[in-house]
Amino acid sequence: MAEALLAEEAGAVKAPASGAHPFWRRLRARRAALVAAVVVALLVLIALAAPLLAGIEGQDPTTYHPDLVDSATGGVPLGSFGGISAEHWLGVEPLTGRDLFARVVHGARVSLGVALAATLLQVIIGVGVGLVAGLGNRFVDQALSRVTDVVVALPVMVIALGALAVVPTGFPRPVLIAVIIGLVGWSGISKIVRAQTLALKSLDHVSAARLSGWGSWQIAKRELLPALAAPVITYAVLLFPADIVVEAALSFLGVGIKPPTPSWGQMLSDADTWYQAAPTYLLIPALLLFVTVLALTVLGEGVRTALDPRAESRLRIGTGRKKEADA
Amino acid sequence: MKWFLLRRLGGALFVLLALSIVVYAAFYVAPGNVAQIACGPRCSPAQVAQVSGQLHLGDPLYMQYAHFLQGLFVGRDYSTGTGVLHCQAPCLGLSYQSDQQVTELILAKLPATASLAVGAFVLWMLLGVGTGLLSVWRRGRLTERILTGITLAGMATPVFVIGLLLIIILVTALQILPFPDYVPLTENPEQWAWNLLLPWISLALVSAAPYARMTRASMLETLAEDHVRTFRAYGVSERALVGRHALRGALAPVIALGALDIGSMFGGAVLTESLFGIPGVGRELVDAVKHVDLPVVVGLVLVTGFFVVLANAVADILQAMADRRVVLA
Amino acid sequence: MSLVEVSDLSISFGDVRAVEKLSFSLEAGGALGVVGESGSGKSASAYALLGLHRGTGARVDGSIRVAGVDVTAADDAELRALRGAKAAMVFQDPLSSLDPYYAVGDQIAQVYRVHNRASRRLARARAVEVLDRVGIPDAVRRSRSRPHEFSGGMRQRALIAMALACEPQLLIADEPTTALDVTVQAQILDLLHNLRRETGMGLLLVTHDVGVAAESVDEVLVMQSGRAVERGPVGEVLVAPREPYTQTLLAAVPRIPARPAASDEKPAADRGEVSVNGEELVGTEPLVEAVDVRQVFGRGKSTLAAVDGVSLTVRRGETLGIVGESGSGKTTLGRMLVGLLEPTSGRLTRRARVQMVFQDPVSSLNPRRSIGESVADPLRASGERDEAVIRARVRDLLKRVGLDPEQYDRYPHEFSGGQRQRVGIARALAAEPELIVCDEAVSALDVTTQAQVTALLAQLQRELGLALVFIAHDLAVVRQVSDRVAVMRRGRIVEEGEVDQVYGDPRDPYTKQLLAAVPALDPVLAAVRRAARKELAAA
Repeated sequence: MAEALLAEEAGAVKAPASGAHPFWRRLRARRAALVAAVVVALLVLIALAAPLLAGIEGQDPTTYHPDLVDSATGGVPLGSFGGISAEHWLGVEPLTGRDLFARVVHGARVSLGVALAATLLQVIIGVGVGLVAGLGNRFVDQALSRVTDVVVALPVMVIALGALAVVPTGFPRPVLIAVIIGLVGWSGISKIVRAQTLALKSLDHVSAARLSGWGSWQIAKRELLPALAAPVITYAVLLFPADIVVEAALSFLGVGIKPPTPSWGQMLSDADTWYQAAPTYLLIPALLLFVTVLALTVLGEGVRTALDPRAESRLRIGTGRKKEADA
Repeated sequence: MKWFLLRRLGGALFVLLALSIVVYAAFYVAPGNVAQIACGPRCSPAQVAQVSGQLHLGDPLYMQYAHFLQGLFVGRDYSTGTGVLHCQAPCLGLSYQSDQQVTELILAKLPATASLAVGAFVLWMLLGVGTGLLSVWRRGRLTERILTGITLAGMATPVFVIGLLLIIILVTALQILPFPDYVPLTENPEQWAWNLLLPWISLALVSAAPYARMTRASMLETLAEDHVRTFRAYGVSERALVGRHALRGALAPVIALGALDIGSMFGGAVLTESLFGIPGVGRELVDAVKHVDLPVVVGLVLVTGFFVVLANAVADILQAMADRRVVLA
Repeated sequence: MSLVEVSDLSISFGDVRAVEKLSFSLEAGGALGVVGESGSGKSASAYALLGLHRGTGARVDGSIRVAGVDVTAADDAELRALRGAKAAMVFQDPLSSLDPYYAVGDQIAQVYRVHNRASRRLARARAVEVLDRVGIPDAVRRSRSRPHEFSGGMRQRALIAMALACEPQLLIADEPTTALDVTVQAQILDLLHNLRRETGMGLLLVTHDVGVAAESVDEVLVMQSGRAVERGPVGEVLVAPREPYTQTLLAAVPRIPARPAASDEKPAADRGEVSVNGEELVGTEPLVEAVDVRQVFGRGKSTLAAVDGVSLTVRRGETLGIVGESGSGKTTLGRMLVGLLEPTSGRLTRRARVQMVFQDPVSSLNPRRSIGESVADPLRASGERDEAVIRARVRDLLKRVGLDPEQYDRYPHEFSGGQRQRVGIARALAAEPELIVCDEAVSALDVTTQAQVTALLAQLQRELGLALVFIAHDLAVVRQVSDRVAVMRRGRIVEEGEVDQVYGDPRDPYTKQLLAAVPALDPVLAAVRRAARKELAAA
C-alpha cells in the first residue's frame, strides 16, 4: 500500500539513475550474494586450473596406487582419514588408490562444464521455442505446447540410457550427457519466455513498432528480446545448479559419467558402497556438490532480486526443482 | 468445465502416445539384437530366432507398435512355444527378463512407491508450509533470516547426498534407525513406518524448501493485496486477516505445486528408491533401463507420464477451484 | 466537537513529503470534497484518517481526531474500534477491494460481527439489509455471490453496503467512481447523495474529478503538492475560485454545455480556411472508409463481437470523435482503422498513411530505448540510414511537439506522463501520416496536462492538415476536439452526427442517458441533472 501511494504521491517523474547501473548496485548491496559470487569464482578457477593444481600436488587423476590400499580389507585406503598425506592431500580412492584431490579438481571441470553446456543449450532451445510459440499463430502455439508437455513427462534417465546405446562408445560422455540434459530440460524457460512474449506482444510500444513498419523478426529483436533478457538470465542462473544436480544424479545412477572420467556424481556413486569403510571418499564430493549448488543458488537469488526487486514471487516456479522428479 | 476436462483428457492421451513412440524409437534405433537381449546371452541362434518370432521382432517397427497399441487397448496373445498366454488389456507386454506381464509387474511395485510418496508428501508439506508461515510471522527478524538460510541449504542439497549423510549419521554412527528394509503396510504397519522413516525424512528435507519459499512469497504477496487492506480498514484484526483473508489465496498455488510433485513422485522416486533399496517403480525403471528390458521401460514411462499428466490436470483444477476468477475454458 | 479535525498533518514516505501541514475539519453530517491532481497528497491524507499508514514505514506528524478518537495516539485496539464502526472507507477499485474467495454477504457479515456482538444469522441478515439498501436487486440471493459475479457498479454498491453495515458517522470515499463508466458513476454518486441525506453521516470524498465533487459535496478542499490551496463552499470555489491554481485547474476541465474558450486554438467552425499548398482539403477526400466491419474474438460458444457491423468514413483534415463506455468496442475499432487488427468481416479501405497515439504513457514507449530513438523508429523502419538526417528530423519533431530537442538521448522514465504522450505524438508524426488515431490519448493524464496535450493535437492538425480520430470515454473531451462524433455501444454506432447536433439534441436514448450522466461543474446544474436522471430512469 505504501508503495502504491508513494508512487502516486511522488508523481510520474523519477529521478534519473545516476552512477553505476542499478543492477550492479542492488547486487552489491546483498552480502550473501557477494560471498556466493566469490565462492563460485573460486570453484570456476579450480575447474579451469585443474591440471595445474593436480600438477602442483604432483598427482594425476587416473594413475592407480595399489600400494596405498589394503587388499586384505578389499581395498580400504591405508592410513587415517582415507589416506591423507603430504603426497595425497585428500587421500586416495578405495580399491584403486587413485589420488582424490586430483579427481576432485578434475571432477569440478566435468561437473561444472557439463552443467554449463546443458544450461546454455536449455536457454537456446527454450528461448527459441517460447518465442516462436508466443509470436506464432494458434496452431503453432498449440503444437509447441504439446511438444513441451511430452518433454516434461519424459524421464531424463530413459533418454540418457537410450542415447548411450545409440551413440558410439568413442563419443565423449560429458558432451553426450550435457546434450541430453539440455534437450530434456528446456521446458521451464520456454514456458516463461512464451508467457512473457504474450504479455509483451500486447504492449503499446510493440504495436507502435508494428505501425512503424517493422517485420516480425525485427520486432522480436528490437522490442522483445531485450525485455526477455532479465527473466531468462534469472531463470538460467537457477537452472545451472539444478543441472549440476541432474548430472550428479545421472552419474550416481550409473547412466552418466563413467570412470575413469571423474565427476562428483560419479564419485558419489562409487562412494555409496564405501561409506562405512572410507567415509572421506563420500564426504568430499558431497561437500563440494553442496557448496557449489548452494553458492550458485544464493547467487541466483541475488541476481533475481537485483534484476527485479519486486518480482519476489513471479518466478517462483523456477526454484531448481529437478532433484527427484526428473532424475 | 466439461469442455475443459475433455480437452485435458485429449491432451493427456496425445502426450502419452507421443511418449511411447519416443521411447520405442529411442530403443529400436539402438544397435544390438533385441531378440538376443530378450532371450539372454546364452541362447543359440535358433532360440533367438524363435524368440524373435514369438515377439514379432521381425515385423516392421510400425507393426510392432501397432501390436503394442492393440495390447494396450484390447489385449493380445503371446505364444510361449508350448501354449498361448493371453495378456489382458491394458497389456503392456511381457518382460524380456522375467517373462512376467509388465502390467502385473508394475502393479506389484506401486505400493512401495506410493508408501514412500505419500509419507514423504505429508512430512514435507507440514515442514515446508510451516516454515514458510513461521518466516512470515517473524518477518524482519533473526528467525526469518535463519529459516531462509536453512531453506536455501535444503534446496541446494541433492537427495542422495542428504540420504547418504543421514545413513552415515543415523544408521552407521548413532544406530538410531535401521537401514530401510521395505515391509509392506499390509504385513506390519509398524515395521512399514519404521523402515520408511529414513527415506521419508530425506525426501522431505530436500522437497520442503521450495514450499517454504513459495508459502512465504505467496503470503507476503497476498497480504499486500487490496482486499486485505479493505478488511484492515474495517477493523479486522491482523490474525483474522492472515487466517481468513490471506491464507486461502496464498496456499492455493502451494497446494497446486504439491499435486504436481506428488504426481511425479508416484512415477517413482528414482534416486531415493535406488539409494535405500526400496523395491518401487523407480528402482524397477533403473533396472529395466540397465537391462534394456524394453516392454518394462515403455510401461514404466507410460505410467510415469500418466501420473505427471494427471497431476498437471489436478493442479490446474485445484487452482481454478480455489480461485474462481480463473475461468476453466 | 467536529467529526473530523486535522491539524498540521504531515506525511512522508522516505524522502518524499506527500502531505505538508494540512489542516481541515468536517462537522457531523457535512460533506467535504478533497480535490487534487495526482501527487497532491489527497489519498495519503484520507488513509491517515483511519491510521492506515501505521506499520508501513510512512511518517505521520500532526494531530488527527476522527469521531472523538485521537488517531495518532490511539492503540491498535482503539484504532480497530474506529475503523469500520465509526468511520468507514470505500476504495477505488471495487473488484480488488473485496475478497475473491468469499460471498459478498459473508464479507459484510464478518465486518458487522467485528464491531457488534451478533450471531452469524443476525449478521447475515444485516448484510442482506444493507445490500438491499444500496439498491442491489434480489439481495438475499445476490448476497451469496462472490465479487467476480457482480458487475463493476454492483461491486461498488456492495462495498458501500459494507461501509454502511455498522452505521458509521463518517464515510471516507477514495476515488469511488474513477474505475467506473460515466452512467454507473452517476448512479453511485446519486446513491451516496441519497444515503447521506437519509442517514445523516458525514462524507469525505477524495477525487481528481472536479465534476464528481460538484455533484456530491457541500465544501471542497483543493490540494496541490501536499498542501491545501483553497477551501470553501462548493458553489464559491468551483464557480468563482480565488486562487490562481484553482483557476487554472477549472479552466483546464473540459465542459459540455458550450464550446469552451480553448476552442479558438483549433479550427472549429472556420475549417474551410485549412489548406495545404493552397489546396482546400477539408471534408472532401475520404482517407479511411469502413463498411460494415466486424471484429469477433474467441471461438465456439464464447465468441464476442467486439465490433459488430460499423460503417464510417474519415475525411481529410477533419476530427471524428468516437465515444463509448468500457466494452463498447471503440478501442478495437481504432486498432482496425490503423491496421493493427484485421476485421473479421466487412470492408475497410485505407487511402492514406495512418498512425496511432496510444493510451498508456508508460507502456507505449520502449523503456530500454531513448525517446529520440523511439521517435526515429518509423524513419529507420522506412530504410533511412543517414544518421545525420535522422537526428535532424527527430530533433525537429521533438521541437514540434513542445519538447527540448536536447532530450534526444534521455529515457522514458525521466519524463512525466504528458511529456511521454508528446513523444508518442512525435513518433506518430515521424511516419508522415495523414490520419492519426488517438486511442484515449489523454485519459491517463491530469486535467491540466490533458488540456495541454489536446491543444497540441489541435495545433498540429491545423498546421499539417491532419485528420484525427479521437477515441475517448470522456464526453466532454470529445466534444472539445471533434467536428463529428460517433457514439458507440456494444460494438455498434448508435448515433453519429455533427458535434453540436449530437450533444445539443441527441436522438438516441443511450446518448441522452450518457449526457445526463456527465457530472456538472456547477452544483446548481448538478442538482438539475440529478433530477433529469431520475426522470430518465423512471421513463
